[in-house]
Amino acid sequence: MRRLLALLLFALLAVPLAAQEEQSTAPYAYRQLDDPRQEDAAQALMESLRCLQCQGQSIADSDAPIAGSMRSLVRERIAAGEQPEAIRAWLIERYGDYVSYAPRVTSLTWPLFALPLVLIALAALLLRRRFTRRDGA
Amino acid sequence: MIAEFGLAALWLAAALAALQLIAGALALTPRGAALAGVVRPVAVVQGLLALAAFGALILVFAETDLSVKLVAMNSHSMKPLIFKIAGAWGNHEGSMLLWVTVMGMAGGFVALVEKRLPEPTMLATLAGQAFVSLGFYAFLLIASNPFERLSPAPPEGNGLNPLLQDLGLAFHPPTLYLGYVGLSVAFSFAIGALVTRQVGPAFARAMRPWVLAAWIFLTVGITAGSYWAYYELGWGGWWFWDPVENASLMPWLAATALLHSCGVLAARNALRAWTVMLGVVAFSMSMIGTFLVRSGILTSVHAFAVDPERGSFILALLAINIGGALTLFGLRAATVTEGERFRPVSREGALVLNNVMLSAILGIVLFGTLYPLLAEAMGAKVSVGPPYFNPMSAIFFVPMLVVLAVGPLLRWRRDTFARVRKRLALPLLAVLAGIAIVLAIGDVAVLPFLGLVLAAGLAVASVLPLRDRNLRRTPLPVWGMVLAHFGIAVALFGMASESAFSVEKLVAVRTGETTRVGPWAIRLMAVEPVAGPNWTALEAQMLARYQDGRGTELRPQSRSFWTPPQQTSESALLTRWNGQLYAVLGGEATDGRWQLRLWWKPFVPMIWLGGLLIALGGVLALAGRTASDIRRLVARDKIAYRRTRQGR
Repeated sequence: MRRLLALLLFALLAVPLAAQEEQSTAPYAYRQLDDPRQEDAAQALMESLRCLQCQGQSIADSDAPIAGSMRSLVRERIAAGEQPEAIRAWLIERYGDYVSYAPRVTSLTWPLFALPLVLIALAALLLRRRFTRRDGA
Repeated sequence: MIAEFGLAALWLAAALAALQLIAGALALTPRGAALAGVVRPVAVVQGLLALAAFGALILVFAETDLSVKLVAMNSHSMKPLIFKIAGAWGNHEGSMLLWVTVMGMAGGFVALVEKRLPEPTMLATLAGQAFVSLGFYAFLLIASNPFERLSPAPPEGNGLNPLLQDLGLAFHPPTLYLGYVGLSVAFSFAIGALVTRQVGPAFARAMRPWVLAAWIFLTVGITAGSYWAYYELGWGGWWFWDPVENASLMPWLAATALLHSCGVLAARNALRAWTVMLGVVAFSMSMIGTFLVRSGILTSVHAFAVDPERGSFILALLAINIGGALTLFGLRAATVTEGERFRPVSREGALVLNNVMLSAILGIVLFGTLYPLLAEAMGAKVSVGPPYFNPMSAIFFVPMLVVLAVGPLLRWRRDTFARVRKRLALPLLAVLAGIAIVLAIGDVAVLPFLGLVLAAGLAVASVLPLRDRNLRRTPLPVWGMVLAHFGIAVALFGMASESAFSVEKLVAVRTGETTRVGPWAIRLMAVEPVAGPNWTALEAQMLARYQDGRGTELRPQSRSFWTPPQQTSESALLTRWNGQLYAVLGGEATDGRWQLRLWWKPFVPMIWLGGLLIALGGVLALAGRTASDIRRLVARDKIAYRRTRQGR
């Protein structure tokens, strides 16, 4: 019984404290933009930005404080009329390519974009060889 | 005591694996033929010993023996028993023990029941299985001993990550591992067939049930993992192309391709080399996935470089196993002919296209997953995520779906489009109707649009193979195929609908206030503290009404665990036939209001329903194949029995 009491006390005291220190207090971290079109654009951008403190999460699905402030930043800039890609470019300039889940075509990343072409060529070659050799059937 | 017993069992199992390898290899030579009888029993006992070791680990976790280092690091006395047990495989060492256990059991099972192949091929197969197992036994015993003791024993353990304290996740890894490691059987069969040069329909028929079983587990495992991420992480995402997710998808893609090429080899004796190659590739993907997840390389290449023991060990295993298998393939490929010929427009042709597309998607996923690691090794950090994977895989996925609609209607060897054109009118109609409906709704992005429309066409096309058939006499594998293909349409519809039509609402409300999301009106009744066995929580009571109908109560929680201290959101879900309401309680905002995250996700459960249908299709196919195999075996035994009696 004493243990239960201690538990309840712990529950009452500890939870609100913990909850407060974890949440981001940036104005638009947990608040949507009033214009649904702007909010959709912000949402699409947020889903393609990495939360730098988390493991494999976008800023759209994280409770980490930095994700909250970045969400707020994205929403504020979208509301101010900035283009999503301009915001992405600004963030990349600040945090590096790592922050964006949409790789740009650069001298480092071009193989990623060449791969589908290579695969298509390979597939075409394979299928051609498969079907144009001496027809034994 | 139990820990030492487990360790002893593990060493014995490893020794038997060595015996199995040597005896199997020697039995293939003329002088070692006498050893042939040893191999199968040894394989069975090896599997049982591995199982005993795994049982011992579960026991020490169940009774929280803190003098075992692994338990002290990952468990805690105040944890529900089910999560104590699940904690046994919720860590590196335990999961690797699970890996060798499944591998040993699979090898033992094959040794016990597989009688269809010529004995030399079986010996080579079991030797191959032992070779791969031996590597993983060495890894466990040298670099990740799960039974290591800790002295003095700490008074209390570190606890298990609260996110993992969930029933869904407790059984997710074993399911996935059954799939991953089940593919080792296909790998070993491929090795066995290459060694004895016996690649043909009999080989494919023997391999197919094992591939099918592994594939079913993988399908269920991926589906369950996706649902777990969806409800447990509290943000409603179900797939993020995360490297860990990709690690489970890659073996599935390879196994799916293998399953289909096995079918061609079994039915038509074609695609021999390709099928063997896929057998090697599928399990290689399992091993690469394990390397990615288990080496710590995903967190950071640098962390990996600092403590490289385990990672390098797995990397070496990878190099030996995959490199060895590919070398063997290269040596023997010239003697394995492609087999029977066929025209491009034929069932085989469609299946070849399916295989090529699946392989291409596999290539995209593999490269996209590994590239950030390559880049980091070259000194630059990049991220590759959904904006890359979605369109790139769609390039190959969309044509594959078209082939999937047409392929099952084609005849083997040669056919013409003219013959099937009429039948395709119906799915085409469904596609057009889909286009009209989606255009009427309006404002849907390209990929979800394609997904919705193709799902409509595929749903109709997938059942067409049943037309003109006597349904009572339709063999189970055909039902299985139809069901699995229909499942793909269902899952695709769910995915596209989720990304096209989801509605999100973030609000801060006082108790007593009502807010709206999509067709729902949601009233926050109260927020109260509650306590569980090892957590406390704030629980919101909400009343949700669909289109102002009757109210249903929802109770999302914000939980605080104290060992280790961590907060999780327990979302509350309300499922209707046409979608799911998803509610999360956030923190307390200023002036007594509470943050709520609400989503209305139309038809989202279809994603996992589709996944389960796909797996169920696999189960039907497996049941049908096994039943006919057993019938064939019984008939063969009868004939043999009559012959011996007549001989007398």
